[in-house]
Amino acid sequence: MKYLHLIWRNLMRKKLRTTMTILSIVVAFVLFALLSAIRLAFSMGVDIVGADRLIVIHKVSIIQLLPISYLEQLRRTDGVVDATHATWFGGIYQDPKNFFPQFPVEAEEYLRLYPEIVVPEEQKQAWLADRTGALVGRKTAERFGWKLGDRIPIQAPVWRNKTTGSAWEFTLRAIYEGREKGFDETNMFFHYNYFDEGRIFGEGLVGWYILRIDDPQRAAEIAERIDAGFANSRFETKTTTEKAFLQAFADQVGNIGAMLTAILTAVFFTILLVAGNTMAQSVRERISELAVLKTLGFSNRLVLALVLAESVVLAGVGGALGLALGGLLVEALGSSGQIANLLSVFYFQPKDVFIGSVLAVTLGLVCGAIPAFRAMRLRIADGLRRT
Amino acid sequence: MGETAPSNSVQVDIRDVHKVYERGSERVDVLQGVDVEIRDGEFVALMGPSGSGKSTLLNLIGGLDRPTRGTVRVAGEDLGSLGDAALTRWRAENIGFVFQLVNLLPVLTAERNIELPLLLTNLGKGERKEHVAAALNLVGLSGRARHYPRQLSGGEEQRIGIARAIVTDPTLLLCDEPTGDLDRKSGDEILDLLHALNTEHGKTILMVTHDPHAAARAQRTLHLDKGVLSTEPTP
Repeated sequence: MKYLHLIWRNLMRKKLRTTMTILSIVVAFVLFALLSAIRLAFSMGVDIVGADRLIVIHKVSIIQLLPISYLEQLRRTDGVVDATHATWFGGIYQDPKNFFPQFPVEAEEYLRLYPEIVVPEEQKQAWLADRTGALVGRKTAERFGWKLGDRIPIQAPVWRNKTTGSAWEFTLRAIYEGREKGFDETNMFFHYNYFDEGRIFGEGLVGWYILRIDDPQRAAEIAERIDAGFANSRFETKTTTEKAFLQAFADQVGNIGAMLTAILTAVFFTILLVAGNTMAQSVRERISELAVLKTLGFSNRLVLALVLAESVVLAGVGGALGLALGGLLVEALGSSGQIANLLSVFYFQPKDVFIGSVLAVTLGLVCGAIPAFRAMRLRIADGLRRT
Repeated sequence: MGETAPSNSVQVDIRDVHKVYERGSERVDVLQGVDVEIRDGEFVALMGPSGSGKSTLLNLIGGLDRPTRGTVRVAGEDLGSLGDAALTRWRAENIGFVFQLVNLLPVLTAERNIELPLLLTNLGKGERKEHVAAALNLVGLSGRARHYPRQLSGGEEQRIGIARAIVTDPTLLLCDEPTGDLDRKSGDEILDLLHALNTEHGKTILMVTHDPHAAARAQRTLHLDKGVLSTEPTP
């Protein structure tokens, strides 16, 4: 701590240069925060799914349906402790741009399988009691200004209704929130019976099954057994962990993670050159001062540490400001209508703040490494001659 | 404080010191078998033409460089027996350096510059402040504590440089042309200060200078020419 003043004063030697360098680091970390939030959004909650859930889909693709009769057989499978199903509805609310996912589900079973969905008990009972009732995520309810009891008309281009054609109507009975940040709060769930009895075709078919297993370690073995059990049937299955299922879904958009990593690598490489140049220049300008410090008794290691500390403070200040600004920007964008419409999950998660902090310190160490070693190896007599 | 006479104990003892620099195929014998003895409390001037090896000798005595051959013993320590880290620690504890161009850190105030060697000690902030205040008082610049080097005159800068050199209370002061960059008046003030440090505070001083006027303030003068100590008049 007693060297902090010396470190700070050295950084402030050329205020404009230091400010510009810090600003460039700030921009890089704001970008880091934004891209982290985007990556999270496109991962579709892969990071927070339950490890004990399996998904069973049709072997050909997820758009092929499976018979409802599989449910009992799946429940009887060794290692499976609970099971339910869901189906993609793909309805439109007023305008195609008002997209949000809807799923007909077995209400109680689904809530049991997904304890992450938090619904006030009174609303839950109201939903269970209403055949046309809907459970909607907080974000979607806020987005459209829906209140409990509101009628929600949905046009279904695929699942046409026997009596009303493409028009379906639901009553908002409950609004859920995610138990933890990052859980998708944009979905709408409604009763499978209402859906199954009303639809023109596909009666008795569901989109996919969700299973809870007793031991995540057995996931591969159970999945293999399930798929073997339905092999050579009309509806062959493909069972994966929920994480793998969501990842495959997310990958349909493209490898967003790799793309964002490539962008960030380019940005940080540039910043490395900028900050590295600042440090190199800063050390070059005060070779004689470093020689004086060594003459006074500052050891080679201490001089190395001081230069590295300067570099880390430079990157640390820029990184901290960038992460803070980036976090605020993500928060602001996440609560703005346009982003919420596009991305169901958009926030700067604590894990990424930690990664950003480590990145800032690493950036400081890497930028300062060469100038610091140069300062460490400086011979006093040579340095003093530069005066 | 009364005047302190040189004692009989030896502060600097140099025996048969050689220093050779090799630049490519060229070999430069900077020091050729130098023997020097400086007693405690002496004020010695070291004169000689440019390139005669004065600064090299000063660097060897201060532990900034090592001889090619010979022994350098300062304050009872054989510097050749110390490793790099130990030599750095020894230097911080025993030697005060005063440079011709002062070399204060421009980003630090006078008091922060003086404090620098104290950062290497275990002294607390309060104690460091006391030591700095005492050093500033000794060089007569208590009122300039918060000034930056650019706000000081050349003579004041050199006084701050001297305060920095003595703040850890070293026994030996090595001064490399301390008045070389100053006008006569400021130079005389610096020489007065060095004289006071020698006579009133018992500091042993070795001062490299080109200026016979400055050398005249020392108790004796050594002459170095082409790496050979030509005369060593007795005091």
